[in-house]
Amino acid sequence: MAAENATPATGRRLAVLGAGVMGTGIAALAIGHGMAVSLADLDRRRLDEAPARIDHQVRTARLMGALPGGREPGALVTGLSLADLMADGTRFTAVVEAVTEDPDTKAKVLADVSALVAPGTPIISNTSAIPIGELARATARPAELVGTHFMNPPCLIGTVEVVRGARTGEPTLDALRALLAELGREAVVVDDAPGFVTSRILHPMINDAARVVAEGTASAESVDRLMQGCLGHPTGPLRTADLIGIDNLVDSLRVLHDRTGDEGSRPCALLLEMVAAGHLGRKSGRGFYTYEYEGDQA
Amino acid sequence: MTMSSDRAVPGPLGDEPDVETGLLRFLELRTGRAWSADTDVFGSGGLSSLFAMELVVHLERTYGVSVRGADLQMENFRTVRRMTDLVARLRRTPADGTGG
Repeated sequence: MAAENATPATGRRLAVLGAGVMGTGIAALAIGHGMAVSLADLDRRRLDEAPARIDHQVRTARLMGALPGGREPGALVTGLSLADLMADGTRFTAVVEAVTEDPDTKAKVLADVSALVAPGTPIISNTSAIPIGELARATARPAELVGTHFMNPPCLIGTVEVVRGARTGEPTLDALRALLAELGREAVVVDDAPGFVTSRILHPMINDAARVVAEGTASAESVDRLMQGCLGHPTGPLRTADLIGIDNLVDSLRVLHDRTGDEGSRPCALLLEMVAAGHLGRKSGRGFYTYEYEGDQA
Repeated sequence: MTMSSDRAVPGPLGDEPDVETGLLRFLELRTGRAWSADTDVFGSGGLSSLFAMELVVHLERTYGVSVRGADLQMENFRTVRRMTDLVARLRRTPADGTGG
């Protein structure tokens, strides 16, 4: 996709690890703001599909008027690993890790990243629930690790939850603030905890909304219409669940449940059944709702 | 055939009335209600603005056009008539390969 000859307006390059929903979404945000991106994923098929998915997101953002005008899209380079992307001497403004929401997987990737990148390069773990302090133990320089929790889709949601781990250094936090400002995002910095602020509050509520549907009290549509119409939620919890991805939601609920003991965070049977059936939300074309064009786009 | 005065002149393929009919049918299938060609589909009680990209993809797949750059703006998708006009214009203008 993105033109090989496009010179990034900022001269800065972001590395994004993981070409899933959030990795491609964050890449689209950067590219839409004129920043070059190097995207890595071990899964060749997912990597091959990423340019079209990113293009779709950049076009959506442009359609919604969510991108600055008059800026050339940033260039996109893809590779199977960060090491591959650095083989020609490329250095990065920052590295964003957006792999599967699994603590062990993230820790392994972050250990590899910190061994590869130059000291002083901010390493950003994008996670919806895993404490940054836990992940920092895997890295060589914990002061250079900071957390973000981008919402999906990153191009259309202007606020980012930023997580300051106990060992996150002030220069790292400042660099992330500057990066987010460049991407037109408002950063709200919070301290470290399982699920931080948004997932700690939202995920158990979505879990309850799924229970309400499973118990037959109301349809998914009725739950969302009530939460929208009566309580002012922009999309409703179950449409939000479809956007998050039901598998990701379950992973995050498990992280919360394991670390807080809160029974409200134990993934309910309906969510587990949906994951087993492959009904993962928008990205699979079906979740609580069906999506005609999303399945083959995301 | 009756045409309102502000309707776009059909392009070389001459089937824009079919585009309009097809779009009205598509919207009805997707929303479960009937629409008129001049109704603001994103207006009060209408569609979520997120649906706009679904409309873009539908136009591209169904009518063989590519919507890029400056054409990617909500105003082009606000009514069935505007979408029909856009399809007619894009069919008249060969793709230049520029992205956006």
